[in-house]
Amino acid sequence: MGRGPGLGVGVATLWLSLVVLIPLAAVTLRAGENGWGGFWAAVTAPEAASALRLTLGAAVVVSIVDVVFGTLVAWVLVRDHFRGERVVEVLIDLPFALPTIVAGLVLLSLYGATSPLGIHLAYTRAGVVMALLFVTLPFVVRTVQPVLAELDPEMEDAAASLGAGRITTFRRIVLPNLLPAISAGAALSFARAISEFGSTVLISGNLPFKTQVAAVHIFGQIETDNVTGAAAVSTVLLVVALLVLVALDLLSRWGAKRA
Amino acid sequence: MPEPTSPRGGRAGRGGGPGRARLLLRAVALGYLAALLVLPVGLVLWRTFAGGLGPVLSSLADHSVLHAFQITAIVAVAAVVLNTFFGLGVALLLARHRFAGKRALNALIDLPVAVSPVVVGLALILVYGRFAPVGSWLEGLGFQVIFSLPGMIIATVFVSLPLVVREVQPVLVEIGIDQEQAAWTLGAGRFTTFRRITLPAIRWALAYGVVLTLARAMGEFGAVAVVSGRLVDKTQTVTLLVEERFQNFDQVTAYATSCVMAVIAILTMIAINVLRPTSLAEKESA
Repeated sequence: MGRGPGLGVGVATLWLSLVVLIPLAAVTLRAGENGWGGFWAAVTAPEAASALRLTLGAAVVVSIVDVVFGTLVAWVLVRDHFRGERVVEVLIDLPFALPTIVAGLVLLSLYGATSPLGIHLAYTRAGVVMALLFVTLPFVVRTVQPVLAELDPEMEDAAASLGAGRITTFRRIVLPNLLPAISAGAALSFARAISEFGSTVLISGNLPFKTQVAAVHIFGQIETDNVTGAAAVSTVLLVVALLVLVALDLLSRWGAKRA
Repeated sequence: MPEPTSPRGGRAGRGGGPGRARLLLRAVALGYLAALLVLPVGLVLWRTFAGGLGPVLSSLADHSVLHAFQITAIVAVAAVVLNTFFGLGVALLLARHRFAGKRALNALIDLPVAVSPVVVGLALILVYGRFAPVGSWLEGLGFQVIFSLPGMIIATVFVSLPLVVREVQPVLVEIGIDQEQAAWTLGAGRFTTFRRITLPAIRWALAYGVVLTLARAMGEFGAVAVVSGRLVDKTQTVTLLVEERFQNFDQVTAYATSCVMAVIAILTMIAINVLRPTSLAEKESA
């Protein structure tokens, strides 16, 4: 149709380079400023290593909980019917729309020092996990829900009529069909969890070696003018994020092949 | 034989009525959502208005609060406009054209969502900061990026970059090019074809992408916290103000502004849910 896409591609590439690519390249260049040894020393410095360990560990826990509860919520939304279902359907997107700092404040209100329930998660790792669960809630639900809705209940009926119990039917019929969607949702949750900042700032109290996640650590390093150290930890997060993106790409191909 | 779970009840109605297992699953799912979402948000709303509307309104009328809302509006609108143009353009390129590096462009579009907001801020400082090559050159021309609005807008564009593209692109692929080619052969120019044929077909997807971008832009915290320098009454956005007031024990203002943001978020969600089924229905009927 008409002219070639040359000009458009040029403009898009230039814009993407100025906003995203050159700045991210600058981070990795800065991280490598003192060579491989300098990078390694910055990443394995006790505070940085502790923040990275906590971040990756919390992200794994959060992804697992999201898989279990996300799949459950998706199942309830698709297969169960009750009054107020539509409200719940709308609520699932709340974490996407609510500013992360407000999410942190809101969780502190119920689970902080002034908790009316007497549950105190402020300045604890459990609090950090809670904040991450809040912001990652929609991912698994929203990836699993459409696949589950498309899934033909006839297959489950057939399995049931052949004598399979509920658990067997779920494990042998439903779960294999949902697996690509669940994995994709888990990967999105994981990527979001390792990069999350706003919701963890208030609830973590920013205690090094205890509740300080990688993003909060990087922020502190920028504030104290240790930009090279911040860039080194950032590079680790970028590499993990890239791996997750590649995994997601492979997962979507897998899902497409099965469909 | 015991009655099967009757999953068919899903679409056709209640089937054999909810079994005990189903009620249990429902209770667990709703309990989880209540503990994580509903109770915390509800408690903040309740605590904000427990002292009556007066203190809330007077804290919102504070000069710094109004200024923060203004900054948030400027940054968010600018980011939405930029990302709408970029998103439409890239979606059209990816859906309608073949070119070298198309796969790479397609993959790179998703990169921003996986990058931590703090890393976004750091990345921009390293290029556009006062002591960075590009930043010092721009500063020589009298143009300050970091610790000022342009940097905050670029940071917000970065974090919300893929949202419009990813909503519009699949719809463009799905509607195909038959109608566009028909208009084209009937003598319509590029712009007329776009305005009369393409745009109406993608309007709901575009609106959905814009709403998502707006929500993300208004809520951004980490990237803006790094590049803005958090200068009160200068570069402080609403989210930065919430944090500052909360840390300084000004709970009333922190809660009141949070409530405003929560109400905006709830309205956004309703908009999202109104837009989504429409666009899906349109896709199906197309």
